[in-house]
Amino acid sequence: MIVEASSPTIRQHGSSRVMVPGMEHLLRPARHFLSDGSFSVQYPVGYTVFSPRLTLPLSRVMNSQACAFRLSTFHLYFLKSLSEDIRNTVGNVPMEWYQDYPHIGYDLEGKKIFKPIRNKDELDEFLDKMENPDYWRTVHDKMTSTDIRLTDEQISLVHRLQSGQFGDVNFNEYEPYIDFFSGETMIHPVTNRPQDKRSFIPSLIEKEKVSKMVHAIKMGWIKPRKPKESDLQFYDLWAKEDPNAILGRHKMHVPAPKMKLPGHEESYNPPPEYLLTEEERLAWEQQDPEDRKLSFLPQKFSCLRSVPAYSRFIHERFERCLDLYLCPRQRKMRVNVDPEDLIPKLPKPRDLQPFPTIQSLIYRGHSSLVRCISLSPSGQWLASGSDDCTVRLWEVSTGRCMKTVEVGGAVRSIVWNPNPAICLVAVLVLLNPYLADKLVYNATDQLIASYVEPEEERPQPVQWQVPEIEDSDKGFRLIITHPKSVKQVTWHSKGDYLASVLSDNSNMQVLIHQVSKRRSQNPFRKNKGLVQCVSFHPIRPYFFVASQRCVRVYNLIKQELMKKLMANCKWISSMAIHPGGDNVICGSYDSRLSWFDLDLSTKPYKVLRHHKKALRGVAFHKNYPLFASGSDDGSVIVCHGMVYNDLLQNPLIVPVKVLKGHTLTHNLGVLDVAFHPTQPWVFSSGADATIRLFT
Amino acid sequence: MGGQQQKKYERGSATNYITRNKARKKLSLSLADFRRLCILKGIYPHEPKHKKKVNKGSTAPRTFYLLKDIRFLLHEPIVGKFREYKIFVRKLRKAYGKGEWAGVQRLRENKPSYKLDHVVKERYPTFIDAIRDMDDALSMCFLFSTFARTGKCHVQTIQLCRRLCVEWMNYVIASRSLRKVFLSIKGIYYQADVLGQLVTWLVPYQFAHNHPTDVDYRVMATFTEFYTTLLGFINFRLYHSINLAYPPKCVVSPHFYSQKLSALSATLSRVISAPEDEDAELDHFPAEGEDAEALQVREKQQKGLDAQKRLFEGLKFFLSREVPREPLAFVIRCFGGQVSWDQSLCMGSTYNATDETITHQVVDRPNVDKKYINRYYVQPQWVFDCVNGKMLLPVEDYFPGVTLPPHLSPFMEEKDGDYVPPEKLKLMALQRGEKPGEIKFEEEEEGDEANADEDYDDDEEEMDNKEVRDEKSLKMIEKQRSQERAVSVMVTPGKVKAENKMRLEYEEKAEEKHLAIMMMKKKEKYLYDKIMFGKRRTVREANKLAAKRKAHDETLKANKKKKGKKD
Repeated sequence: MIVEASSPTIRQHGSSRVMVPGMEHLLRPARHFLSDGSFSVQYPVGYTVFSPRLTLPLSRVMNSQACAFRLSTFHLYFLKSLSEDIRNTVGNVPMEWYQDYPHIGYDLEGKKIFKPIRNKDELDEFLDKMENPDYWRTVHDKMTSTDIRLTDEQISLVHRLQSGQFGDVNFNEYEPYIDFFSGETMIHPVTNRPQDKRSFIPSLIEKEKVSKMVHAIKMGWIKPRKPKESDLQFYDLWAKEDPNAILGRHKMHVPAPKMKLPGHEESYNPPPEYLLTEEERLAWEQQDPEDRKLSFLPQKFSCLRSVPAYSRFIHERFERCLDLYLCPRQRKMRVNVDPEDLIPKLPKPRDLQPFPTIQSLIYRGHSSLVRCISLSPSGQWLASGSDDCTVRLWEVSTGRCMKTVEVGGAVRSIVWNPNPAICLVAVLVLLNPYLADKLVYNATDQLIASYVEPEEERPQPVQWQVPEIEDSDKGFRLIITHPKSVKQVTWHSKGDYLASVLSDNSNMQVLIHQVSKRRSQNPFRKNKGLVQCVSFHPIRPYFFVASQRCVRVYNLIKQELMKKLMANCKWISSMAIHPGGDNVICGSYDSRLSWFDLDLSTKPYKVLRHHKKALRGVAFHKNYPLFASGSDDGSVIVCHGMVYNDLLQNPLIVPVKVLKGHTLTHNLGVLDVAFHPTQPWVFSSGADATIRLFT
Repeated sequence: MGGQQQKKYERGSATNYITRNKARKKLSLSLADFRRLCILKGIYPHEPKHKKKVNKGSTAPRTFYLLKDIRFLLHEPIVGKFREYKIFVRKLRKAYGKGEWAGVQRLRENKPSYKLDHVVKERYPTFIDAIRDMDDALSMCFLFSTFARTGKCHVQTIQLCRRLCVEWMNYVIASRSLRKVFLSIKGIYYQADVLGQLVTWLVPYQFAHNHPTDVDYRVMATFTEFYTTLLGFINFRLYHSINLAYPPKCVVSPHFYSQKLSALSATLSRVISAPEDEDAELDHFPAEGEDAEALQVREKQQKGLDAQKRLFEGLKFFLSREVPREPLAFVIRCFGGQVSWDQSLCMGSTYNATDETITHQVVDRPNVDKKYINRYYVQPQWVFDCVNGKMLLPVEDYFPGVTLPPHLSPFMEEKDGDYVPPEKLKLMALQRGEKPGEIKFEEEEEGDEANADEDYDDDEEEMDNKEVRDEKSLKMIEKQRSQERAVSVMVTPGKVKAENKMRLEYEEKAEEKHLAIMMMKKKEKYLYDKIMFGKRRTVREANKLAAKRKAHDETLKANKKKKGKKD
């Protein structure tokens, strides 16, 4: 049913072409989306859909609501145009179903509608097309199998619809808009409704609102809006600055310390020595961030261009902020002293001469520790006792061993009788060393022999024995047998009395012996601690007893305790008394030396911590203001200890020399020190089995 | 006698301090508000001298504020504003919830705000105080001015910071008060001398920040709030002190803030035209007790300072595109140099690379394509080293592609005993006016000589003695052999021991000192030991650095020799 374009009637309709239904899909319809959401479909210009069953294809084309409206109007027109009512009632079923029947459906009365007797074939069609001038407006109705010739009206309607116009010819879609409620004043009202009464009366609600506002303004609740100031206005804040106007709290103000200025190591191109080596870098990485000396790793970049951003920049600034407002501040006085100023100004040792400075002699001969040494009052002889159970007697000036006396046990203490008229050495036995003038030692022998036994035997704590002849040939004169081992012996300055200390826990720790009468007595009834050493006062009848922590001073005549000196140390080892008798020094095992001034206090006047290890022996010089201390660290320290006669002046103590010479054996160094009675010489005996003389 | 028994902790230091929580309760503020108030008002905790007394016998770790400080906060108008703001937020939330948009609008218009002018005045009663405390403010503002709009803080704050920084830099340029610059790995340190106070600040390199998550930006923002106010007032006063209009016109338009650099190239308008003869000879009044020498030294220093201020005067710089423009332009302009850059890079360039009058071109790449004969090509470090050295250094070491000499920190002032890197010694010699070649030679010689002397002394003596001894012993042996055990006892003549008087004296002194140290009191001894320990440590560190340097130099020398041999 394709109509050739050359047909003159078609040409009348312009460029429209008619197509067979079913072919329309060949044409690509253009869909236009309209603004209200729907879309219109337009076929390319010049094509018209033309279908014998007009309703179907059109409804397919026009889907939107607007189209549906148009379709229904079209339908109405179409039905009206059918004059005779031969309507097929089969409904919308394919007509193929009736192919084999003589009828094609039923009319309204239920009668069969028969097919025309002879169907048109192709030839008829062709002829019809050629001859019938109305062929183009003839529509075949499949439902009724009739050809319908469309009227002019119908054709124009179809054309209008196809071109998307309204079905009604007279409908004007572009009527001018009538603006009912325009702003223009009109003479007549749009509506004639009479106006409300309330439009003439002022609004109550508004009045209420306004009055509320007025009231609020009156009451000052509503304030006129302040003109907004621009945020930042800078001016001369310190124009009227008063330097004295510092607030009270500024007195306590601690200004925050400034950030530390960067050093060379922070440079982007530091000198090579500031870069960390591999080990240092590893150590840095392993440290806690708080412990690190540098908060960053020094790095070197060859040029400024290659320096990256510092990743902890914001962190560090933030930490600074935290420090500023969270960190408690305290004003700390930093000591800014020259360390040289701290060193006390002491008189130069050179000005305090004489004192021993060099080691000049070594007395060798003992085979074990030399525990004790003592000098004869003349200063010519030296007696020493050792753990090898011998007492040796030396000549001081040559270092020659004059005599070796075998004693029964280790010699812990040896003292030369201070009386120059008597030549006696007290060990456990009283020994005549035969080293003196013949006159002197003969006199000594006579003195001992002149002893007359008293009539009545007194009970004695110790046994006095006269040695047998062999022993007396060796030099033994008297043997005092103690019940326990003796720690220390000491002579009274007159040389008649002798005190010994026993290592005992009972009250019999200290014994005083009188040689001329061969009598002994135990002066203390009670045990007041472990006695370390005892000493007689050089002038007065006082007796010093050093226990572990204190020194007790007894008056022997009044038989009472005079003073108790607190040594401030753990364990006193040795004690020496100044020849003047007013000063005492105590050495202790906790490496301190305390100097007591008996006139001042029971507390030490000075505590010297010169030695590194325990002190073993201390000694005062008889004439010179010197004292010495020997210690386990192998050194002897000689100090100048000047005691003035003026009571107001405190003693002057200046260390003058550190003498070293002894070698350490079994962790022991110097065991005893002794001064020469007349020369500024000091002797020291050590654990290395030597005695050394420093002059 | 009677009388009530004194209760403990009701007098003395216990009553002077208050714990943080109590202070917060007293001010009835939330912790966040209290913190902000403390930051703004500059209140910080104090560490009491006797913590246990203040803590009423307890040893629990607590922070203490001075009670006076807290009382002082009670009357602070900002506290009221804080409360108002809290209410404002509540109202706003309510309005939002109800959807009352008009209400929201109204509330927003009446948002409570506060000013910090009085706080600044209170914290810094005098202008000098404010300048003394500027370091942190500047560093913070420079940091904030590099932030992008990332929502870490308000955009207005960033813009304000930029403005203030540009103003400050302009002031430093105008007053020529920059003294030292240091390129560190963290950023660039600048030090300026403002009214006799040294102000140091740190500027990060121009990179986008990697914002850390464990940093509380609110705290930083509060600090910045105060610092911007402070800086604004300081800038105002500083500008007026050198007769400049504030705010400077070049800085007013907002797009300038983003381009600090272009703002730097503009000159500032003066309120009063500057007098021509600025450097009139100042009269010198010798301070009391100052002798002529000190006066001379001072004059010399003053002269040096003046010379430093005019360091780059008459020089024309051109910055290549790869060098950081902002710091370089700032530094060059601070010392009177002219500076420009490629027009396509940034606003504010004043002349082109083709300008024949350019004296120095700052380049940071190994080679330059097109070179002009009449200008030096230097690496950026040259500019900074010149500033720190207070003189124009020889450019040879700083040519493009050359290994740069180390960049030293100008802030290090070495005391005697500290380690001084050899480059610093060289620089000091240069400053004294000696030629570098000579110095090197001398130094080496000196070092060698010193070493050699010692070695020589010791070795020679030992060697001599040994030789003599050896010879003698040999002779003896020979003699003995010839005599064939004729004599068994020999008396060898003793040698005279040469006494070194100096050494003896030194030893004596050392012993004296040692003995005196023994007599020190315990307390003083402790202190002395501590000081000496510190001293020894510094010496040890210095020695370590010196040894490292020596090793490094030796390896360098060896490498050079190897290369030479290969060639």
